[in-house]
Amino acid sequence: MTTVNVKKTSYNWRVVDIVVAALIAIAGGVIFWAWSQGAALVSIPMNATYPPLTGLIAGGWMIPAVLGMLIIRKPGAALFCEAVAATGELIMGSQYGTTVLISGILQGLGAELIFAAFRYKKFNLPTALLAGAGAGLFCGLNDSFLPWGWNIAYEAIDKLAYITFTTISGAVIAGGLSWIATRGLAKTGVLSSFASRKAASEPVFN
Amino acid sequence: MSATQNGTVRPAAISAEGWGWRHAGRARPAIEGLDLRIEPGERVLLLGPSGAGKSTLLHALAGVLGDEEDDSDETGSLLIDGVVPREQRGRAGLMQQDPETQVVLSRVGDDVAFGAENLAVPRDEIWARVHEALDDVGLRTAAVGGLALDHPTAALSGGQKQRLALAGILAMRPGLILLDEPTANLDPAGVLEVRDAVGRCLDKTGATLVVVEHRVSVWKDLVDRIVVLQPGAAAGHADSSKGGVLLDGPPDQVLAEARTMLMSAGVWVPGYVPSTRERRNESHTAQLLLAAQDLAVSREKPRRKGFKTIPPVPVQTGIIAQVRAGQALTITGPNGAGKSTFALTLAGLLAPVDGKVSAAVELSEGAGIDPFTWKAEQLISRIGTVFQEPEHQFVTGRVLDELMFGPKHLGHGEDRVDELLERLRLTHLVDANPYTLSGGEKRRLSVATVLAAHPKVLVLDEPTFGQDANTWAELASFLSELLDAGTAVVSVTHDQEFSAVLGGTELRLGPVQQGEAKHQEAGAA
Amino acid sequence: MRDALNLRGNHALLTKANPLAKFVSVFLISLVLALSIDWVSASTALLAELALFPLAGLTLRLLWQRAWPLIIAAAIGGWSTAIVAADSGAVLLDVGLWSISEGSLELGLGFMLRGLAIALPAILLMTCTDPTDLADALAQKAKLPQRFVLGSLAAMRLVGLMAEEWQTIGMARRARGVGSQGNPFQRMKATLGQSFGLLVQAVRRASRLAVTMEARGFGGGQRTWARESTYSLLDAWVILGGLIIAAGAVLTAVGAGTWSFVWR
Repeated sequence: MTTVNVKKTSYNWRVVDIVVAALIAIAGGVIFWAWSQGAALVSIPMNATYPPLTGLIAGGWMIPAVLGMLIIRKPGAALFCEAVAATGELIMGSQYGTTVLISGILQGLGAELIFAAFRYKKFNLPTALLAGAGAGLFCGLNDSFLPWGWNIAYEAIDKLAYITFTTISGAVIAGGLSWIATRGLAKTGVLSSFASRKAASEPVFN
Repeated sequence: MSATQNGTVRPAAISAEGWGWRHAGRARPAIEGLDLRIEPGERVLLLGPSGAGKSTLLHALAGVLGDEEDDSDETGSLLIDGVVPREQRGRAGLMQQDPETQVVLSRVGDDVAFGAENLAVPRDEIWARVHEALDDVGLRTAAVGGLALDHPTAALSGGQKQRLALAGILAMRPGLILLDEPTANLDPAGVLEVRDAVGRCLDKTGATLVVVEHRVSVWKDLVDRIVVLQPGAAAGHADSSKGGVLLDGPPDQVLAEARTMLMSAGVWVPGYVPSTRERRNESHTAQLLLAAQDLAVSREKPRRKGFKTIPPVPVQTGIIAQVRAGQALTITGPNGAGKSTFALTLAGLLAPVDGKVSAAVELSEGAGIDPFTWKAEQLISRIGTVFQEPEHQFVTGRVLDELMFGPKHLGHGEDRVDELLERLRLTHLVDANPYTLSGGEKRRLSVATVLAAHPKVLVLDEPTFGQDANTWAELASFLSELLDAGTAVVSVTHDQEFSAVLGGTELRLGPVQQGEAKHQEAGAA
Repeated sequence: MRDALNLRGNHALLTKANPLAKFVSVFLISLVLALSIDWVSASTALLAELALFPLAGLTLRLLWQRAWPLIIAAAIGGWSTAIVAADSGAVLLDVGLWSISEGSLELGLGFMLRGLAIALPAILLMTCTDPTDLADALAQKAKLPQRFVLGSLAAMRLVGLMAEEWQTIGMARRARGVGSQGNPFQRMKATLGQSFGLLVQAVRRASRLAVTMEARGFGGGQRTWARESTYSLLDAWVILGGLIIAAGAVLTAVGAGTWSFVWR
């Protein structure tokens, strides 16, 4: 008696999806924290001279959203990962207080909407870049126009500069790096339980 | 069907008929054609070479193997009490080898209660079971002078964490207990802790046991049956028509019959120490390469509090040690004594809290007296460090690139890479991604990559942890060769047979008592 | 970092309040304060919060330990606001790219105080709330899906391990010859490699943890809760307290004439 398992990509989240997505978000937080220690060398001069420039390094915030989705490939991954990352930030003591949760959810939403627009079927480089840009855009908008945003009092032209920078940073760092990381992870074989197990051999642009 | 009748555990019966499993993404099945019957209350030790599918079987029995999503394949039938395992999660309890991921929640009581919660046990009964389970595994509750229920799980030792996992399993009142190399990552004390706890629980509940482990002597007296599995087709053996069980019977009988076969498969048969190359020219007056003077070590960095810098509390202080060419230095001691921390400080990877690490001119060759200040490229050709987890040291995506990494940075030594590949049997793996290798292969690769830079001093952190007998013998012989060739070898280990092969001096770090370290250097082990 | 996840030894009053009530209260204060950048509402809230910190089990020393990075961040934020915001009143410094005026300086000061007033209650919240209890409240009271809540909680337990592993991987890579010195580009490459190494370990550990949880019956349908999340009178006080602080901040600012709605 042989039972053949019909392969179908379900949109239901399994336990392994949830736990891996959450830990990727946590690891992303640890990496971001470690990285921002070094980035202080760059961000402090930025803040002293022209603060909107800090938008260029904002992409690191949003890596969990895109990376989580590229690995898990189920609806809600971007939103969930970014929410978990934001919760981690809250626990560690964020300068944004509890509003960090709203920011996180909005950034996750920015990426999630892009993946949803492609019906959760495309996970190639252009999609990743767009999703990163989406997260970056929402990040910029959140920081510039919502009451808890730290750039709410900037002049319009500076807000525009900031949003441009976060969008670019989101695309390159959150989108590009996450895509590269996913391919690398797939090659190591750790993604064998996920829909992204063949990511290393997928076409780049299709 | 409830797992308990009148609150007592109902031991499970296992039946496998022609059962096989192929993992998603693999070409060949992990296990094929398994015919096995295990009666309720039996205690079985499962042996076999790697690739025989032992873990796969345990995972299947625990009901956690595969789901509709990956393209795995199952053949035949595997049943617990006549029902598919997936439909009775919680009927079997599974313990794996990494203590850190056996713990789910951060307070002791909560973690033990987790399984019972998932099985919808009523609240009052959960806590009664928690107290009982903690008592059974020897982590008694605060009421009787042990751990408080809100004791942080992060503060437990490896052995305690595994016992906690066992308590969590017991709270589910499982009829079947599955142990997948539960003591592989534990020190000798922890191994016995866990084994004794399992024994007590089995005596009390009468549950069925299936345990997979390399070290037979630990479990031999606890089990009443040994089953040896064939290597499956996945391991590349041609004779896959005879799948499944190779030998099956009472422990003494199986061990006697299959002694040679088991030994060649790398199983640690009781009383068997694999033969290794003997040291040829031990000398106690060889060149001094590295010395530690009054060293205090810690993994933590100094903290900034406001405007002051506070140095970390050292885990061990006042260490004095010498590393000489062609000599082995073995660092031993109980868990938490700071052995690894000391080794890493000696290797120039951690900053000393107090005291000094000095490199002799023959070693430093102009790079400076303190290894911590050396640049990374200077470090690899002088002191090579092999970490406990090989994956931490992989820096490229291909085995060959890994080996060429050191020589490339140094500008020389690329010609010796082929020699290393052959010596450590990695030639057939040159194009593979390092993370996809088996445990033993990764260990050999990590040693090879460090040696590719030809350091004069080699530091190894628990090199034989969880290794089967064959890899163990290879490593010990290889190191013995290196020692005779003049390399100094420093190893942190619990393994007494291993340090006996290497010879040299032993540095025993005592448990820290009120900030004082007790250590002594013994003669050749 | 592991200490942040542990409430041991804290017996202060607020540890007994329901995490959800505390969270709602803090969130309310944060949202209301966010609506205006002015030093009066911010200082009022800040004073009230500082008066409450003993109730959360914080001592002055602990508070300083956790809060000093936030003070610096708030100061930087205040500075950025001062230089990039629209000018009003006498111009004090003009550098071409940006300028500071009386108005923007006052705005910057208000911004800094507001930043602290929003960040501080979150510290109070996390000091007196155990993450497991918070998860229980979210799943039992707020009815969030328990698989996601508990799965995240289990993953968060490993954050200390991930931080340690980051260090270990850094050392392990140095032992292979990957330097953390050199020009910024090399250092960035090294950090990227280290990050990748950590991600691999994260996926591995998470996969093993998922197996552990599933093997203990997690992920199925119904479950019971060993720790019941309950509401009590204290929670009503907590929420009332939040309302009072929020209202107090608004009223004093309106009274002093400094209330300025962010979306003017």
